[in-house]
Amino acid sequence: MNPVTYHRAASVAQALESSAAPGHRLLGGGTNLVDLMRKGIERPTGLIDVTQLSETIALAEDGSLLVGAAARNSAVAAHPLVRSRTPMLARAILAGASAQVRNMATIGGNLMQRTRCLYFQDEAGSRCNKRDPGSGCDAYGGFNRYHAVIGGSPACIAVHPSDMCVALAAFDARVRVAGASGTRAIALVDFHRLPGDRPDLETLLEPGEVIEAVEIPAFAGPSAYRKVRDRASYAFALVSVAAGLVIEEGRVADIRIAFGGIAPKPWRAFRAEAALRGAAVTQAAIDAAMAAEFADAAPLPGNAFKIDLAGRTLSALLAELSGSDR
Amino acid sequence: MAIRINGQEVAAPQDARVSLLDLLREQLHLTGTKVGCNQGACGACTVLVDGARVLSCLTLAAQADGRSVTTIEGLGSAEAPHPLQSAFIAHDGFQCGYCTPGQICAAAAMLREIAAGVPSYVTADLTAPALPTRDEIRERMSGNLCRCGAHNGIVDAILRVAEEQAA
Repeated sequence: MNPVTYHRAASVAQALESSAAPGHRLLGGGTNLVDLMRKGIERPTGLIDVTQLSETIALAEDGSLLVGAAARNSAVAAHPLVRSRTPMLARAILAGASAQVRNMATIGGNLMQRTRCLYFQDEAGSRCNKRDPGSGCDAYGGFNRYHAVIGGSPACIAVHPSDMCVALAAFDARVRVAGASGTRAIALVDFHRLPGDRPDLETLLEPGEVIEAVEIPAFAGPSAYRKVRDRASYAFALVSVAAGLVIEEGRVADIRIAFGGIAPKPWRAFRAEAALRGAAVTQAAIDAAMAAEFADAAPLPGNAFKIDLAGRTLSALLAELSGSDR
Repeated sequence: MAIRINGQEVAAPQDARVSLLDLLREQLHLTGTKVGCNQGACGACTVLVDGARVLSCLTLAAQADGRSVTTIEGLGSAEAPHPLQSAFIAHDGFQCGYCTPGQICAAAAMLREIAAGVPSYVTADLTAPALPTRDEIRERMSGNLCRCGAHNGIVDAILRVAEEQAA
């Protein structure tokens, strides 16, 4: 690990001031950044600890839930407001990592975490356009069971690893960001970029900006999160689904669907939602919605199974939400 | 400021790269906390910071400045073992013992989490208090790997202590 300085920011203003310095990075729980520093993939010269910033979890006037960027994952998942109002978010956070990691990891850091693509992580032995732009991608022709089936590019098929962000994408969450010229809100579904020919650019966050909070609008119906993985716990998703469903007179009045484990960003399934809105939730309707959603998919030999797996997981989750699995 | 480790005040290291794990083992010679993967995958380095279980390998010692750290040495001793330490012996909760300090620190915090009503991924009703069942304990202890495969004994030991606490 390269030499690095460490400071704690007592306020957003202080964090903004210090993060403007070249080579400086914001530090949340450190579960991802410290690991990548030890591997030589991240090489900051200065760390600004932002865990003293807001960790408040509260309702805003418009009924949305406001979560401070420094709130720990475990605190958010355990909070009564989150468990009762947005169970899909609590379940998604609890599906991620281990209890130790969730105690450390912050909400802001979760948004900024980097891919667990093994070729990205293998600094010594693999080519990676995200780590070393222009060097090539060893995942494309390699072991790509854990890689993207949609949204990727010839330059990069790494998936976004977060469970929490999948639920946030489904709920139309907004990321509140502070910068030198004021604050702005970025929709979570826009916050992460698709790789295109610049997989090294991962989010819309500009250098010097600081994540202050995440706002999660209320959702009227039941919601749930289901994750399929190679072992029952403490593993990244092969496929995960966050869904919310409102049925009126036997038809879909409102629906939210987002997938994890299949794309370079939390994948909000707008096309599938549009296909299902107004329809009865039948297997034929779900199949048609999945066909629309994955029309542009680019599966590889190692991961083509994920499209069927995503459809079956969605079916099971919608059955659970509509009560028809009982 | 200082780091309070098992009740003793220790100055945070000057070099910000020093992990809490390395501070404990290399500078304070508290070698009960173990180095496993050193990348957050195995849980052997688990300690408690302000009562919460964390991975000391991915915690910079500087991040613990002003906080209170409890290691396995602070939980119990040969003369006065923690109830979990006694239960691990009674239920064969280990073979080589390397992961055991991390398992016991994690389990001590986990039982407090259940008592405080914290849910897990396998808790069916997120709005109801979770119970210390075998499935709950397996899920909640998934961040601590045991290469000897003593997981069944580990769960038995933890269940035993949970029952004793409930009695």
